[in-house]
Amino acid sequence: MSVDIKIRNAVKRYGENTIIPDLSLDIKEGEFFTLLGPSGCGKTTLLRMIAGFNTIEGGDFFFNEVRINDMDPVKRNIGMVFQNYAIFPHLSVEKNVSFGLKNRNFSKEEIVARTDQFLKLVKIEEYRSRMPERLSGGQQQRVALARALAITPDVLLMDEPLSNLDAKLRVEMRTAIKEIQNEIGITTVYVTHDQEEAMAVSDRIAVMDKGEIQQIGLPKSLYQRPANLFVATFIGRTNLLESHLEIVDGKTFVTLPGDYKLEVDTIKAEERKEQDIILSIRPEELFVKPFDEEGVAAYVDDAVFLGLNTHYFIHFENGEKAEIIQESQIDSIIEKGTKISLGVKTEKINVFDAQGKRNLVEGVINDLDAHIGDL
Amino acid sequence: MMATALSKKRDVWSLVTILVLALYAVILVYPLTRLLREAVITPDGQFTLDGFRSFFGQRYYVRSIGNSLKVSITTTIVTLILGVPLAYFYQMYEIKGKSLLQILVILCSMSAPFIGAYSWIVLLGRGGIFTKMLAAVGIQVGSIYGFKGILLVLSLQLFPLVFLYVCGALKNIDNSLLEASINMGRSGIKMFLTVVIPLAMPTIIAASLLVFMRAFADFGTPLLIGEGYKTFPVIIYDAYFSETGGNHLFGATVSIIGIVITAGIFLIQNWFSRRHRFTMNALNTIERKQAHGLKNVAIHVYSWFVVILAFLPQIYVIYSSFQKTSGKLFVPGYSLDSYRFAFTHLKKAIPNTFKIGITALGFMIVIAVLIAYLVVRRVNFANKIIDTLSMVPYIIPGSVVGIALVLSFSKRPLMLTGTATIMVLALIIRRIPYTIRSSVAVLQQIPLTIEEAAISLGASKMKTFFTITIPMMGNGIISGAILSWVTIITELSTAVILYNAHTITLTLAVYTYVSRGSYGVAAAYATILTVTTIISLLIYMKVTGNKEVTL
Repeated sequence: MSVDIKIRNAVKRYGENTIIPDLSLDIKEGEFFTLLGPSGCGKTTLLRMIAGFNTIEGGDFFFNEVRINDMDPVKRNIGMVFQNYAIFPHLSVEKNVSFGLKNRNFSKEEIVARTDQFLKLVKIEEYRSRMPERLSGGQQQRVALARALAITPDVLLMDEPLSNLDAKLRVEMRTAIKEIQNEIGITTVYVTHDQEEAMAVSDRIAVMDKGEIQQIGLPKSLYQRPANLFVATFIGRTNLLESHLEIVDGKTFVTLPGDYKLEVDTIKAEERKEQDIILSIRPEELFVKPFDEEGVAAYVDDAVFLGLNTHYFIHFENGEKAEIIQESQIDSIIEKGTKISLGVKTEKINVFDAQGKRNLVEGVINDLDAHIGDL
Repeated sequence: MMATALSKKRDVWSLVTILVLALYAVILVYPLTRLLREAVITPDGQFTLDGFRSFFGQRYYVRSIGNSLKVSITTTIVTLILGVPLAYFYQMYEIKGKSLLQILVILCSMSAPFIGAYSWIVLLGRGGIFTKMLAAVGIQVGSIYGFKGILLVLSLQLFPLVFLYVCGALKNIDNSLLEASINMGRSGIKMFLTVVIPLAMPTIIAASLLVFMRAFADFGTPLLIGEGYKTFPVIIYDAYFSETGGNHLFGATVSIIGIVITAGIFLIQNWFSRRHRFTMNALNTIERKQAHGLKNVAIHVYSWFVVILAFLPQIYVIYSSFQKTSGKLFVPGYSLDSYRFAFTHLKKAIPNTFKIGITALGFMIVIAVLIAYLVVRRVNFANKIIDTLSMVPYIIPGSVVGIALVLSFSKRPLMLTGTATIMVLALIIRRIPYTIRSSVAVLQQIPLTIEEAAISLGASKMKTFFTITIPMMGNGIISGAILSWVTIITELSTAVILYNAHTITLTLAVYTYVSRGSYGVAAAYATILTVTTIISLLIYMKVTGNKEVTL
C-alpha cells in the first residue's frame, strides 16, 4: 500500500553545520516525486532522513498519519535504491532479490514466486544465478530495483540511481524506471542533480538549493514559469539581461539592449510599476527576424550546428552576450560577424525582481505552500 | 528530536561497547595501573619516587636509554635505505624470480630476531665461518658484537616490513601520476625522489614507527649479540628477574619509563603523519617494466643481494639443524640427532604452540572484528575510547606487558601466573592492535550503503552484521588472521617473562637452548618454527588467491 509523505519544519544539523534549516514538503500517494538540486543542496540528506539513515534534528515526518521520526529504519517499510546500488557482492542475483523477502513472514513458495515476479518485472530473469560482479552497471541497477520493490514497500526511495551509468544506458534505464513505477503505482522519491533526467521521470519536482526548497511543481511549470532566478538558471539554459520595467500609457514595457522597448502584458497587476528587473529569456525564446524587420540589433559571434537546431552565440550593441537556438535551415547558417535583428516570444519570457527572488510574471505555480490535508 | 539520536545509540551494539570496555578494563587498564602503583607506592603504602631516583641516579641505566634510541633510530634509517629502493625496484621493474624474492622477504620478517642474532654470531662472530673464510683472503671483518651487531641483525630483520608497507603504497599510486611526471620531463631518480617518495610518505612514516617500536622493544638480539651494550628492554628484563620476593618496584619503575619513551615517540610520529595525510586510489596500477643493460643488472644484483643476505641466517639455521652434534658442539657429519632430542625433550613445546596460539587467535579475531565494527560504523565517545585503548598495546614494549600481567594476576581470585591462560591473554593484548587495524581497513572498504540496504530490506542489525558484513569481510579477516598467527608463534619478549615448563612454546624452546648454548637443538626447533611459518604463508596465499602479501 502506498502512502503520502508529509514533512513539516525538518531540520538537519551536523554539529555546528546546519544543512537543512527548515523544510516542509508534501508528497502525494503514488506520485513520482523528484528532489532536484546541485550537489551539496541537501537533497540526499533529506532522502536519508526519510529512510531513517540520518538522524532528524527537528520537525516531523509522516507516512500518512503515522509519525516516523523515531521509527526504526527496519520498520518504515521502505524500498531503497542506492547510488552505488549496494548489491551484496557475495550473493547471487536471485538471493539479492529474495533477501528482503526472507526477513518477512513469507512462505517458501511465496518467496520464490515473488522473486520470479520481480526478476521478470525488471527483465533480468535470465541472470538470476549470476554473481553481481559479472553483471553490467545497468543490470546491477535492475537488481537493485527488483530487490527494493520485492518487499512491497510503502515508499520507494532512489538516490541518484543512474549517475554511475553511461549516457545511453541512463536514458534507457530512466524510461524503464518510469514504466515500472507507473505499473506499480508506488509513492517514489527520487534524488538527482540532472535536470533533464528529473524532467523525464517525474510527476512533480522540488528544486532545492542550500537546504531550502525553491519551487515545487510540474516539470512544465518549473521550466516555463520558474519561481525565482535560481530555478530559471538551474532548469534549462537561459539568457539573463539586466533591465528596467516602465509603464507608458498604462502599458508595461521592458528595456532590451539598444534601448529597444518591448511590451510585456504578462506581468502581475501588483508588480506593474517602474522598477529594475532581470529578464530571463531562454535561447529558443529569441528568433532571427528577416533583415528588414525592426528588432533588437545583435551580431553573430559563432554558430554551432547540432543537427535539429543551430545554436548562435551573439552579442548585443552594448556588448552583452546571449545564446539563441534556431531550428536548422536547409540553405544557410548565418555567418560570423553578421548583424541581425532579433525578435522575442514575449509571452514566454520571465521577468524577475532585481534580487532574482520573485518572478513578476503571472501563472507561476509553486506547490511549496500547498499542503495535503491538515495535521 | 533527541529520541532519534538516542535510539540509534541504544541497541545491541551498545551492549558490545560495554562488554569490550569491561574487557579492556580488566586486561589492560587494570594491569597498567597496577604497574604504575607498583612503581610509585612502597609495599607499606607510602608514595615514593625512589625507583625513578635510583634509575636516573645511575649512568648505567640512563645510558641504556641512549643506547636504545641510538639502536632504534639507526635501525630505522638503515631499514628505509634498504627497504624503500627494494620496494621501488620490485614494483616498477621486472625482476627474475620475483615471487620467490617476495616469499623470502616475508619469511625474513617473520622469524624471531634472536635467531638472526645467533646465526650471525656463528657466521661472522669470533671463529665464525665467514670470519675465517674472509680472513683466509685477508679481510678482517672486525667485531660484530655490541652496537654494530645489533644494528646488522635488526636492520636485516626489519627492512622487510618497510618493503611490504611501501610495496602496498606503491600499488596505490596511479600510473598516470608517474606518466604525468615523465611527461613533464621528470623521470628516473629525480622522479623517485620528488614524486614517488612523497606519494608514499604516509606509508613510509607508518613503517618507520613500526620498525622503531620493534627495534626499541626487541630484547633477544641485544641480549645475545650486545655483549655489554645494554639496551632498555634488557635492563627491564634484568631488573625484573633480579628482584627477589614480592617487591617488583624497580622492574615496574623501569617499565613505566619505557612506556613514557615509546608513547613520546608515538606522539611525535602521529604529529608528523598528520601533516602528511592524503588518500589515493589507483585506477591504473603501475605496470612493471623491463629494465635494460647495466640498469637491469644493477637492479637484480641489489635486490637479490639484500634479500639473500637477510635470509642467510635462516638457511644456516636449517643447515645446522641437520649437523651432527656431540654434546653442545657441532662435529663433522650430518644426523637427525637434534630433531630426535627436540622431539623427546620439551614435548609440550609443539602442542603448546598450537594450543596457545590458536586459542589466542580465535579470541583475537572475534574481539577485533567487533571492535573494528564499533570503531568504523558506530562513531561515538565510548567507541573512540575503545579505539584508543586498543592501540595502547602497540606502543608498550612486550616485556612491560609481561611484567604488568604478572603483577596483576598473581593473586587470587585472578591467579593466572604460570597458566596457559595468561600466555593467551598476553598474546591477545599484544597482537590485537594489528588484527583490529586490518579489520578496520577491510571494513572501510565496504560501503555503508550495503548495510543500509540490508536494513531497509528488513534485516535486523545483528542479522545484517552476520549475513552481510561478516561474509563480505571474510577473506580480509582470514588473511589478517594468518598473518597474526605467524606473529603469534614467533612472539618472545612477553612470553619469556610469563612462561614455565608447562607452557613453553617453540619460540621459547629455541630461546632456551640458544641461551644454554645447545645450538643444534635450538636450530631444530627453529627449523620446525620456520616450516610452520612457511606452511601458514602458503595457506595465506591460497586463501587470498594472490601472491602479494600486504600488511
